[in-house]
Amino acid sequence: MRTAEAIAAIPMHHGLVLAAILFALGMIGILARRNLVFILMSIEIMLNAAGLAFVVAGARWEQADGQVMLIFILAVAAAEVSVGLALLLLLYRRFQTLDADAVSKMRG
Amino acid sequence: MEITFYLSAAIAIATTLMVITVSNATHALLYLIVSLLAVAIVFFVLGAPFAAALEIIIYAGAIMVLFVFVMMMLNLGKAAAAREQGWLNPGIWTGPGVLAALLLAELAYIFAQGGDTPWGTAAVTAKEVGIALFGPYLLGVELASLLLLAGLVGACHLGWNQVGIETGHEEERGHENG
Amino acid sequence: MLSLLWLIPTLPLAGFLVLALGGKYLGHRSIAVIGTSSTALSALIAILIGMDFIAAPPPGFVFRQEAWSWIAVAGFSPGIGFYLDALSLVMVLVVTLISFLIHLYSTEFMSGDEDYARFFAYMNLFVGSMCILILADNLLFLYLGWEGVGLCSYLLIGFWYRDPANGRAARKAFIVTRIGDTAMAIGLFLLFTHLGTLDIQPLMQCAGQQWPEGEGLAILTAALLLAGAVGKSAQLPLQTWLPDAMAGPTPVSALMHAATMVTAGVYLIARTHVLFTLAPVVQHAVAVIGALTLLLAGFSALVQTDIKRVLAYSTISQIGYMFLALGVGAWSAAIFHLVTHAFFKALLFLSAGVVIMSLHEEHNIFRMGALRKKLPIVFWTFLIGSASLAALPLVTAGFYSKDLILWRAWSSAGGNPWLWAAGWGGAILTGLYIFRVVFLVFFGEARTAMPPGTARPGLRITLPLIVLAAFSLVGGWIETPPFLGNLTLFSSFVQHALPPAQAVHGEKNDETILELLAIAASLGGIALAYLLFLRYPAFLQGMMLIPAFARIREFWQSGWGFDRFYEFLFVRPYLWLAHADRRDVIDNIYKMALSCMLRWLQKVDPHDVINTIYNGLAGLCLFLHRALSATQSGQVRRYAAAIATGSIGILFIGIFA
Repeated sequence: MRTAEAIAAIPMHHGLVLAAILFALGMIGILARRNLVFILMSIEIMLNAAGLAFVVAGARWEQADGQVMLIFILAVAAAEVSVGLALLLLLYRRFQTLDADAVSKMRG
Repeated sequence: MEITFYLSAAIAIATTLMVITVSNATHALLYLIVSLLAVAIVFFVLGAPFAAALEIIIYAGAIMVLFVFVMMMLNLGKAAAAREQGWLNPGIWTGPGVLAALLLAELAYIFAQGGDTPWGTAAVTAKEVGIALFGPYLLGVELASLLLLAGLVGACHLGWNQVGIETGHEEERGHENG
Repeated sequence: MLSLLWLIPTLPLAGFLVLALGGKYLGHRSIAVIGTSSTALSALIAILIGMDFIAAPPPGFVFRQEAWSWIAVAGFSPGIGFYLDALSLVMVLVVTLISFLIHLYSTEFMSGDEDYARFFAYMNLFVGSMCILILADNLLFLYLGWEGVGLCSYLLIGFWYRDPANGRAARKAFIVTRIGDTAMAIGLFLLFTHLGTLDIQPLMQCAGQQWPEGEGLAILTAALLLAGAVGKSAQLPLQTWLPDAMAGPTPVSALMHAATMVTAGVYLIARTHVLFTLAPVVQHAVAVIGALTLLLAGFSALVQTDIKRVLAYSTISQIGYMFLALGVGAWSAAIFHLVTHAFFKALLFLSAGVVIMSLHEEHNIFRMGALRKKLPIVFWTFLIGSASLAALPLVTAGFYSKDLILWRAWSSAGGNPWLWAAGWGGAILTGLYIFRVVFLVFFGEARTAMPPGTARPGLRITLPLIVLAAFSLVGGWIETPPFLGNLTLFSSFVQHALPPAQAVHGEKNDETILELLAIAASLGGIALAYLLFLRYPAFLQGMMLIPAFARIREFWQSGWGFDRFYEFLFVRPYLWLAHADRRDVIDNIYKMALSCMLRWLQKVDPHDVINTIYNGLAGLCLFLHRALSATQSGQVRRYAAAIATGSIGILFIGIFA
């Protein structure tokens, strides 16, 4: 039985603007910070913002697809984080630093 | 009800701002968790309770915890924190700031084109999401599980030889260099 | 039943694939079964299709089967299609049947060879290509089969590749036929350019409508196609490869160089007969080439000592008869002789193979003798084959086909007494040379003893011999001259595909007179052979002591000196040129020209503007290189910044463009 829960009447583009702001903040984080952990965190922020945008759209259309996309994004983020952190650990052991600019052996 | 949305939106933005500006990684992680919680509240307000629950359980509860564990393993010391401070001069924000501003402007323009849209009035329950997942999106679910398996195997393989001999040396080095 | 047409070439090709890929994992028995059954099935299907075709002929006596589109470019779309009419039915029956018999023969003949699988693979590929050639409905597909049989000829002549002489023979065959193939390809290009299609039937119609008789293009293309046919069928002037091709195993000689591949040229001319009728001068050239070749090869066959070379020159000579028939417009007579010749020549080669094998690789007929008691079956089959070849009257197939050609050479619109005389002289020679072999090999005294304990040929060898012998005897009874029953089963059947020949010169009785003359020729040749080689052999030995005769004999034995002639005309100048250019004259000329040009440039351009421009270009390149490699900093954040900038740019374009 589905109860008609009263939800907030939020215009869609307000939610989308929130998602855009979070995304932009995440992007700043990637470009500005040198510490790899912060870069990974900023990537998470961006992924989260994308998921937020999907859920907002799904809520506007009252369909489950938005949340389904969020679930997929969550799965992707989880996989990416696990592998990324494993690589981070390897990198730290190898170079003794977490400076993204220091690992530039692929220059030229 | 609407005020909840705007309040948690403000909290999310503020904490995200803190995430990218503090110098201590652990603090940043905690700010990020708060940001995720705020986003979860936004989900709930928008009528997506299942998404809210997932956000808290998986994102804040598993992924961020993974981050925290890794931070603990890295065991960065005072030298690392000092260096981090050194990297955070005001000059570094200009370029990214400009790019982000451009991006925001473009996105805002696109959203403004949208016009008046009626907003949804009913929540999308977990049951509906479940039906969608095991109906049209079944293949995606399978693929996602494969992806997670791949991530699992990858992380396992990459991290395999790290425990053991290295641990002792690694701790000392952690203290010295950070 | 007719829809199974595509299986006829496909089954041997499938056999080839299986044997080529898996041959080394299979045992001899499986290889024999696979190799022989593919051709057996093809022959069976051909027979069934033939029965269906004759009993219930399709409209127009033509059956087409399109398999798929091969090339589809602007205006040019040959397909993989099969075309069955009376002519291709006859050919495909002959080819598949004889191929099956020879495969059966080879299972025992080649049984000691270590390259068993390779042999059957190549043979199957050959049969498949030959069937493609015969059944093709467009000239490009026919050319595919043509090249395929040329390739298999090379592979099989040089089958025992460890002996370099075999490789040389194979290369000679390939190169000489290549000359013909290139001419044929140019002919195909011309045909397509001017008539717009290569599908045979539309092509013939188009040519008939657009080109009047004697049109220059018709003459050119017909001559080019003739060159291709001459190369493949080993006629003058490209006949030098066939005697050397006897280096291959005997079944190969029997299949390719007697019964099937060398008849491809005859088939081509018959298929494109419209072009030849539009170019009477070329058609006459076909007849003249045929007449000259049959005489030339006949004389050469007379003095050979290797039994297979006798048969090779005999093949060249008999195909000369077919060309003669084609040249005078007796199309069905040519095909009739092709059919009978396939039977008795294959028979002769296979029997010769048994003889050679029994005497442990002895090829020289002067070292054989008195084999008729030791190898009775082979003796009788070889005798029957020889009789058919010599056109022994009434009982042999060769009699009916060869005498039909002689009659047509006299009586057709394109015929004249000289051509008839050449054919008649050739008939005497034929009887002479083949019975020379018979008497020397099977009669007289044994000059080489058969080694004791030599195994008698088994069933798989004798059965094909017997079958072929039967055909060589009765095969002619489908087409008899008017005074001998006037059966025209063959020509009335083939008439659905090829125009009939009219008797223009000569009256009613002339045919009988000419027939009697022809009978006299063949009997005379046989009798002469008996006298010269069995009764009074000392006569010839005495003749050979005279230097002039000995020189003539040598001249004929070397194939009228063509090899030496070609070496003098082509090989030596080429080698001289290569030798003279040792210091690379051409390159030196280029170098001198270049240095002259540079000196001139310096005079014209003292400030070296051109050089500056080039230096500037180089500098620009270097600058760009440095600039671009600066972007590869290796730093992740810079790359991320680039991505971000790029995506913002794209969004911008997406919004505002």
